[in-house]
This record gives sequence, structure tokens and C-alpha cells, in this order.
Amino acid sequence: MIRDLRYLFRSLSLLDLMRGLLVTGRRLTSRKLTLRYPNETTPKSPRFRGLHALRRYPDGEERCIACKLCEAVCPALAITIESEERSDGTRRTTRYDIDLFKCVYCGFCEEACPVDAVVETDIHEFHFERAGDQIMTKEDLLRIGDRYEKRIAEHRAPDVADP
Amino acid sequence: MFDWTTDAAVWLRVAEILLHSIFILVPLLVVVAYYTYAERKVIGYIQMRLGPNRVGPRGLFQPIADALKLITKEVVQPQQANRGLFYIAPLAALVPALGGWAVIPFDEGVWLADVDAGLLYVLALTSLGAYGIIIAGWASNSRYALLGAMRQAAQVVSYEIAMGFALVGVLMLAGSLNLSAIVLAQSGGVLSWFFLPLLPLFVVYLVSGVAETNRAPFDVVEGESELVAGFHVEYSGAGFTLFFLAEYSAMTLVAALTAILFFGGWLSPFEGWAWAEGLPVLDSGIHWWVLKTAFFMYCFLWFRATFPRYRYDQIMRLGWKAFIPVTLIWIFVLGVAQHLIGVVR
Repeated sequence: MIRDLRYLFRSLSLLDLMRGLLVTGRRLTSRKLTLRYPNETTPKSPRFRGLHALRRYPDGEERCIACKLCEAVCPALAITIESEERSDGTRRTTRYDIDLFKCVYCGFCEEACPVDAVVETDIHEFHFERAGDQIMTKEDLLRIGDRYEKRIAEHRAPDVADP
Repeated sequence: MFDWTTDAAVWLRVAEILLHSIFILVPLLVVVAYYTYAERKVIGYIQMRLGPNRVGPRGLFQPIADALKLITKEVVQPQQANRGLFYIAPLAALVPALGGWAVIPFDEGVWLADVDAGLLYVLALTSLGAYGIIIAGWASNSRYALLGAMRQAAQVVSYEIAMGFALVGVLMLAGSLNLSAIVLAQSGGVLSWFFLPLLPLFVVYLVSGVAETNRAPFDVVEGESELVAGFHVEYSGAGFTLFFLAEYSAMTLVAALTAILFFGGWLSPFEGWAWAEGLPVLDSGIHWWVLKTAFFMYCFLWFRATFPRYRYDQIMRLGWKAFIPVTLIWIFVLGVAQHLIGVVR
């Protein structure tokens, strides 16, 4: 009986609903968590693995010596390499393709590379507009490396064991 | 009988009424457009988001962009739809929602029509709005739309009764069906407004108003989790826009009526207080009505952001088993009180 009356009072006085309204009313003026994305970004680890690049030595010579360790270690079979002997007697790649649709961005290629040639940059904002564009050729990868060399070097500097 | 073709005074009068309607409709449609913007902003803020902020400064041009997008979209007509009714339905929803504004008194003597049975007229028009939705559900020839329309019909019938009884209380106190007479009956400061003696009826009226306009938490008519979009699944482009306008102008109308019937319309809450006498802003005027209406419009958004949607049988239980008894009891209490105190008008 008393429980019934208490229930009646509670439901008729709408106290619970008022409490709910107060909760949302307080939220109205609280700090907003929205990130204004293109203008603001969240911080990203320097070890973030994004778009691939091929690096060069400071004198302009490409680092890659076509050892094919990356091709061998790649779990997704995304890397295809063909090589030949260049006129100066060194071994170089004639073809270095990475299929970014197959790639799982595991970073094993970068770890396997003995000369730090293939790297994954921190760039994650890229897209393709035609089928086939996702296959990055040697020229594409070198161009990315040339363009972002400073950024790539900066991100790797803390990991250099003993300079 | 006057002669329609030669009597200049008649035509002048018609032109005057048309002009006045435009003066009401254009600001109303602007308010409705920015009501959608306010809704997204308020709900965003309550959920600790920013809401629309990309189009124009602080997203202020968002409603214009939305309107342009909706109007330029293709109007898809379902193959099995009843062609005539399919196109009439959005208008049947919008016209009553706009027509109700004809009798709303904005300030002392400022109205389009001073109808003696204004309250009855408004009550009739808000119920007519239901036909637009029922016709839309039938004409679309879609199961989802039909189910939404059925729910709407049952919901409106149930809540109409509670709403009507809540207004009976207002009539008993005001002794008139004329909306401006109802406002004037509340003169004498905030303590003479009807929401105090009629508190339960005011709550019932506000909640029934939310249910009548199919807003959350009573929006089972659209119920996207079960019915996709309810009665307007099959509508796109301009038809959908009209339903949207109808819903938001109906909400604005209910907010305006709440301000007029229970909160003294254009009357200042400081009426009769000596120190506030003669101060320009504190005086009665249209700004008080706008302020009160804006508050109730905000309440609609607040409710939507707070309460989860009722289950359908819960809506019916609330309407029939809670609201109707409450209103009946309060009307009885009111009658006894009036008899004892002797305020029989």
C-alpha cells in the first residue's frame, strides 16, 4: 500500500524525468570534445606506419641494393622486385612495386631492410582515383622519399641506436 | 450582398489579409528553418559535440544549404503509389500547421483574425494535420509507411482527448474560447498565469503536444529502428521537405499555444509590481510572447536529447491510463474550487 503510494507520487511528480533533464541541461554548457578535423588533428606516434617511400643517400644515390629481403618477408606478398647489374657494377632494382591494397602496413619490410631504403612514413591521408593507381612503382616511391626526406629522418632520429 | 467585381473595399480587404498572412508566414518559415539548425546545435551541445559548423560562420547557412539540397533532389514516386493522394499528403500536413497561426494573438490587438472560437479552431486544425500523415501512409503503398500511419492515427486519437480535457481547464478559468481573451484573463503578473492553478493540466498539455507532433520520446510514427522512417519512407526531395516544415511548424505552434494558454502570452511576468512599472523592456509586449515561445521550442529539443523513445504500448498506457484520469480529476477539483470560492463566470 505504502509502496504503491510512493510509486504513485514518484511517477506523478515526474522527479526522475526532471533529474534526467538536469543531466542533459548540464552537458549543454560543458566543454565540447569535437575535433575540427582538417584544421586540428590528434597526436600521432612517430612510429606510425603509413604510406611507403624509398630513400636516397645524401649524395642522391638510391639506397636500395635489390637484396629482396623485403619481398621475402612481406606477409601479404605486396612487393615485387626485379633487378639487374648497373653499368658501374652495382646491383640495382629495375622494378620495385608495392601494391597498397595488398599491404597490411606491418612494417616488416622496413625492419628487414639492411640499408634503410624502404620505409613507412607517417602519411595516412592518401587516396586512389582509378583502379591500378594503388600499385606504387619505383618512381612513385622514390618521389615520396625525396619529398618527405626531412620528415622521415626526423621520425627515425630517436631510434638510431648509437650515432 | 456586395458586388465582388466592383466593390473596391472588398478587394482592399482581401489584399490586406494576404499582406498580413505574408507578414506572419515569412518570419514563421525563417524561424522553422533555423529551428532545424537550433535542433542540431542544441542536441550536439548536449552530446558534447559542436553540431553543424562548416557552412558559413558557425554553420549559420546550414539551413539554406539543406533547403537547396532537398529542393533540387529528384522526387521519386513509387510505382504502386496512389498518385493524387501521394502529392496531396505533404500539403495536407503542412497547411493545417500553418493555418493555426491565423488566430494566434502576438500582442494586444495584433492578430490575423480575432475568432471567437479561436481555441476550438486551433484544436481542430492540429487534429487535421494527422490526415496528412495518414494519407501519406496510405498513398505510399508501403508496409512501413502504412504501419507508421496506423500508429499516428491511434496516437493522435488518444492524446487528443487528454489535450482537449487539459484545455477545458483553461476554458473554466478564462470563461472564453477567444485566445486573446484567455491571455487577458491571466493579467496580473506571473502569479495569475494559468500554469499555477492548472499545473497538472499544463504538464498533460505539454506532453500531449509533444505526442501530437510526433516528437521524441513519442516519435514511434517515424521509429527508424522498426519502421525505417515511418510514414515518409517513400518521400524524397520537395515532398519530404514539406513534411519536415509541417512537423517543425506544428512544434512551433504548440510552443506558441503553451505560452498563450498557460503562460500569459504577451503579458509581462512583472505586471502589477510597482518597481517594474514604466520600464520599457519589462512592460508587456510581443517580446515576452517570443521569449516564452522560444523557451517551449527549446523544451522540445531538450526532451528529444534526454528521453529514450517510448514503446508503443507504453504510449497508449500513458495516454489512456494516466493522462485522461489526471485531467478528469483536476477538472473536477477545479469545478469544486470555483463553486466554493464563487468564481463562476
